[in-house]
Amino acid sequence: MAEYAVEMQDVVKKFATPEGGILAAVNHVTMQIKDGEFFSLLGPSGCGKTTSLRMIAGFELPTEGKILIHGKDMSQVPAFQRPVNTVFQQYALFPHMTVEQNIEFGLEMKGVPRSERSKRVSEALDMVRLPGMEMRRPKQLSGGQQQRIALARALINKPEVLLLDEPLGALDLKLRKEMQLELKTLQREVGITFIYVTHDQEEALTMSDRIAVMSKGVALQVGKPDEIYERPATRFVADFIGETNFLNGVVKGQNGSMVEVELGDMGTVYAESTRAFTNGQQVSVAVRPEKLRLNGETKGENNLKGRVEEVIYIGTDTHYGVRFPGGQKARVREQNITQDNRERAHTGDEVTVSFTRISPRLLTE
Amino acid sequence: MLKFFREKKGFQLFGLLGPGALWIFIFFNLPILIVLFISFVERGRAGSIKIPPVYTFDNYVQLFNACRSQFAGPECDPLLYVGIFGHSVRIGLVVTFWCIIVGYPLAYFISKQKQVWRDALMILVIIPFWTNFLVRTYALKQVLATEGLLNSFLMNLGMINNPLDLLFNEFAVNVGLIYGYLPFAILPMYASIEKFDHTLMEAAADLGASPARAFLKVMLPLTLPGVIAALVLVFVPVVGAFITPDIMGGGKIEMIGTLINRQFGVSRNWPFGASMSLILMLLVLIGVIAYFRSSTEETRRGI
Repeated sequence: MAEYAVEMQDVVKKFATPEGGILAAVNHVTMQIKDGEFFSLLGPSGCGKTTSLRMIAGFELPTEGKILIHGKDMSQVPAFQRPVNTVFQQYALFPHMTVEQNIEFGLEMKGVPRSERSKRVSEALDMVRLPGMEMRRPKQLSGGQQQRIALARALINKPEVLLLDEPLGALDLKLRKEMQLELKTLQREVGITFIYVTHDQEEALTMSDRIAVMSKGVALQVGKPDEIYERPATRFVADFIGETNFLNGVVKGQNGSMVEVELGDMGTVYAESTRAFTNGQQVSVAVRPEKLRLNGETKGENNLKGRVEEVIYIGTDTHYGVRFPGGQKARVREQNITQDNRERAHTGDEVTVSFTRISPRLLTE
Repeated sequence: MLKFFREKKGFQLFGLLGPGALWIFIFFNLPILIVLFISFVERGRAGSIKIPPVYTFDNYVQLFNACRSQFAGPECDPLLYVGIFGHSVRIGLVVTFWCIIVGYPLAYFISKQKQVWRDALMILVIIPFWTNFLVRTYALKQVLATEGLLNSFLMNLGMINNPLDLLFNEFAVNVGLIYGYLPFAILPMYASIEKFDHTLMEAAADLGASPARAFLKVMLPLTLPGVIAALVLVFVPVVGAFITPDIMGGGKIEMIGTLINRQFGVSRNWPFGASMSLILMLLVLIGVIAYFRSSTEETRRGI
């Protein structure tokens, strides 16, 4: 068997827009999804993630490029003959069939005999923890239950790849959190490759082995959750995944991996980077709010003077909005370890914002 | 006075339902009762009925044994009328079949268009209603006539040498009826298909159903209410049709409708016409009830 469960090779999908133009919903995307992996396509709406999923499922055909499933070219394979199954956003359960008829649909199409079908249906219902629901109709089930039935209906076919199109989007927050963990556990148990489309970055970070961050039809970065979070490749990725402060400046010098960046009136900071920069190059120093400290000036680190503009208490943390000379702003996140933590600074106070030299990322695009 | 009505629930109900119920009684129920009465009396000399009425079952007996008619010749066929009934039902089934076969894909096609096109196409379906039915039927007759549009077209193309006999036969009657009743089939089916969630077809394909199987297992059952409505709306009036078979069949194609029409017209045999009307009504009623009985479960599932 081929190394990759799914490969997208330079895939382009163009649509005609209602205004008469042509839109590349997916624009030269190349990615490899490993066998047994929980892979997420993450991005805002209209980024091409659902279109990519639909092309893998076979509901759309690529305008250019190729899609391979376990090494086999899918160009000439219609949706109903592909070794994948989909969990749809609105579940798309058949309303005129019972839960049992819904779940066994795929097996029936394959010609599996009735006796084996009903055995496997009850196994599938056990797996999604809804035993004994065979005779219900989809309308009689809650959203969460319908979601599980949709999952059982897809998984019973033992697909090579399971495609999930924002399957938790319609559930309320608490149920969504529960289902996230359940899905992840289920995926480990069955060992099937999951390709999961979501716009929820937290969901993607929680569940995925690897994430592809997409924007405007392009896959900006593919990597493990911590890689994406700690080493975002572009400003968009840094901004979309979690929260990031961007401090804009100019490269003044580079000594090995240590880059010196001048941030206008704020002074100079040092940041580690494996990339080579040229002097005078415009860069953004991207640093996460939780990596900034307030009034913890340390030698050998970056220390910036600024004024507190706002203090927001959110229970676990306190957020401080700090404005630096020259007008740039940063948000500092301090954990409320002790009760008086929130008294650390008040609006209008002069403070020092500190961060280590390995905390920031230097981004140019 | 008003207060009195407001306090009495029964009067309120009567006030709301009364006018409609009265209308239905006077213009629907009463005429049927009159027809029922006429069907059990002897005919008068100049049409109408004998007065004072003479009661008889002959009008019904005659239906099943045409030789009982006072005009029957020595070589009469006792099952003449039964045959015409059967013939009408057959035409009804053929026309309904084609209306659904042609109408369903058309309704599907229209439902898949953008909103603007959908509205425009639906208007095109309805437009024929704006023209008088007779005018439309005569127009169609011109198309199918020996030297009509279709024949001259085919002959000019050189596809045929002699004009085809397209008019004054059962084919012409079927074409006329399909043409006339197609919109009645399209409208309810369109309503059903438009509500259909096409993601379900993707779900079926995703689970390994070929397009044909996905249609039979998912789309057809879910749009069946529209198909059944189309079936009833076309079959019922077509079985009793009399204008189209008259014009398109040139008097050569006998249907129950034309037969009944003649009893109240030139034949001046009201009681026989009345008995046929009631038998036709009964037949259609039994058919429709049987169909609904056998399909209610499916229809209910159609949600």
